[in-house]
Amino acid sequence: MDKVMVEPVLQISNLVKNFGALRATDGVTLDLRPGEIHALIGPNGAGKSTLIHQICGTLRQDSGSIRFAGQDVGALTVAERARLGLGRTFQVSSIAPEFSALRNVMLAVQAKEGSSFRFFKPVMRDKSLIDTAMAMLERVGLTARARVPAAELSHGERRQLEIAMALALRSRTFLLDEPMAGMGPEGSKSLTRFLDGLRREAPILLVEHDMDAVFALADRISVLVYGRIIATGPVEEIRRDPAVRTAYLGDHA
Amino acid sequence: MLTRENLVNLILALGLLAVPLAANALGQPFYITLATRVAILALAATGLNLALGVGGLVSFGHAAFFGIGGYVAGIVAAHNFSGDPLLFGFSGTNQMWIIWIVAVALAGLVGLAIGVISLRTSGVYFIMITLAFAQMVYYFAVSWPAYGGEDGLSILVRNQFPGVMTMVPLNYFLICYIILLLGIALFAILRASRFGAALQAARQNEVRVATVGIQPYRIRLTGFVLSAMITGLAGALFADLNRFVSPSMLSWHMSGELIVLIILGGTGRLFGPLAGAALYVAFEYALGGVTERWQFFLGLILLLVVLFARGGLLGVLAGKARHG
Repeated sequence: MDKVMVEPVLQISNLVKNFGALRATDGVTLDLRPGEIHALIGPNGAGKSTLIHQICGTLRQDSGSIRFAGQDVGALTVAERARLGLGRTFQVSSIAPEFSALRNVMLAVQAKEGSSFRFFKPVMRDKSLIDTAMAMLERVGLTARARVPAAELSHGERRQLEIAMALALRSRTFLLDEPMAGMGPEGSKSLTRFLDGLRREAPILLVEHDMDAVFALADRISVLVYGRIIATGPVEEIRRDPAVRTAYLGDHA
Repeated sequence: MLTRENLVNLILALGLLAVPLAANALGQPFYITLATRVAILALAATGLNLALGVGGLVSFGHAAFFGIGGYVAGIVAAHNFSGDPLLFGFSGTNQMWIIWIVAVALAGLVGLAIGVISLRTSGVYFIMITLAFAQMVYYFAVSWPAYGGEDGLSILVRNQFPGVMTMVPLNYFLICYIILLLGIALFAILRASRFGAALQAARQNEVRVATVGIQPYRIRLTGFVLSAMITGLAGALFADLNRFVSPSMLSWHMSGELIVLIILGGTGRLFGPLAGAALYVAFEYALGGVTERWQFFLGLILLLVVLFARGGLLGVLAGKARHG
């Protein structure tokens, strides 16, 4: 029984990705366990984005495996991985700009509920679709902005909107790519509080530059440098790790 | 709800009906034909509007579907006239509704074949590959002597519809008008549905659609096929209006004309194609009588629309599009 409990939700093994002569991902092994926030940190150009692309399915790995929710997802498309419960947010928010916040979330709800091949019933008269989407917006605190076109939302609100969409998918894992980027100090604080509660819903792989947030939230930290994981472990261990200090943390720690 | 846009739409719909009724009362059948032309072009462009306006798929090959619809009408009627068997012992028909079904089905099938390949590309490549497919269909028609080749194919007697004298211009206008309204209604229903939401979202942000677990490719392919079917139906009506079908219906000029109609009227707008078609045909008629180079002036107007009135005629009259 114990063994089942610690079975990771996401397990990346010996992942390799080359761009010509550049080895952007160099044998990365990484896992995400239920209930935890696992932070992935590393200097610019360390290959964090390349790694995320491979986890989400926008890039195909050269070798190695990605297991998610009990199956090998290495050959699946972005949409198929999302349907398995891989919810993500983007470094630069990715939303449907002409749609209102509500309609953005409704899109996620309709995808979760099943088919988008329904041709007759108007979505704006679909009460269950609207109600579920509104509930998600309420959770992230965007109720008042539901009818505003997503293009007119502030930077922070778009982040909240993306999270609402990930929630609507009832994701088994959240993959958050620099959620604090561009947020003011107030926004960062409230988002940190929100993410702290979110881990109870599903584990989070958190890619982040904001060390305050990382140290406040992470159960474990992995440090990526030149495409390799140079250290993985609990926060205190990583803070003390001499290799990490030289490579990355510098005067931060 | 009577929004400003609905009011504009209502005026456009009633206006298109009023012109031939008035022309009929005044004994001017030419204007009835003109209005019928508007209705058919508007239907063809409504089909394209589903792919281009809703789905952001700039197809430069919709003449293929328009022409296929036209050739279905022409070929089926020709076999009916001569009595030569066409396929599986079927020797044609002069019943419009059968022709429409065949035209829609064939346009859909060809749309599926073209879409399956074309939709693997995007942007300029998509524009070029749809153009290339349409040109293939065009040259196929040109080099097929059995059905007139370059010279085209005449429909000696307009096909029949139960209980309607289709040769009476006003009657044929009404058939086309009703089908146009049904086509616009179908467009509205599709756009408002879950499928429509996904198709619009795929235009706005493909990555976002995939990230919530919807395959953009499948959504787009479905939209492209539905779009081809509507345009194919318009082609069948167009052939019966002119009682003639020729490769010109398949040419890239036709594809371009449909895009122009949409841009003039308002991309993605429900009544944009009708507004655009009305403007286009009115222009062609009014300026075509004065100068052979009327398309030069059309070009100027198009330029002005693109530079200063992105939303087209609907954008000017009814304001920006709303998405709820």
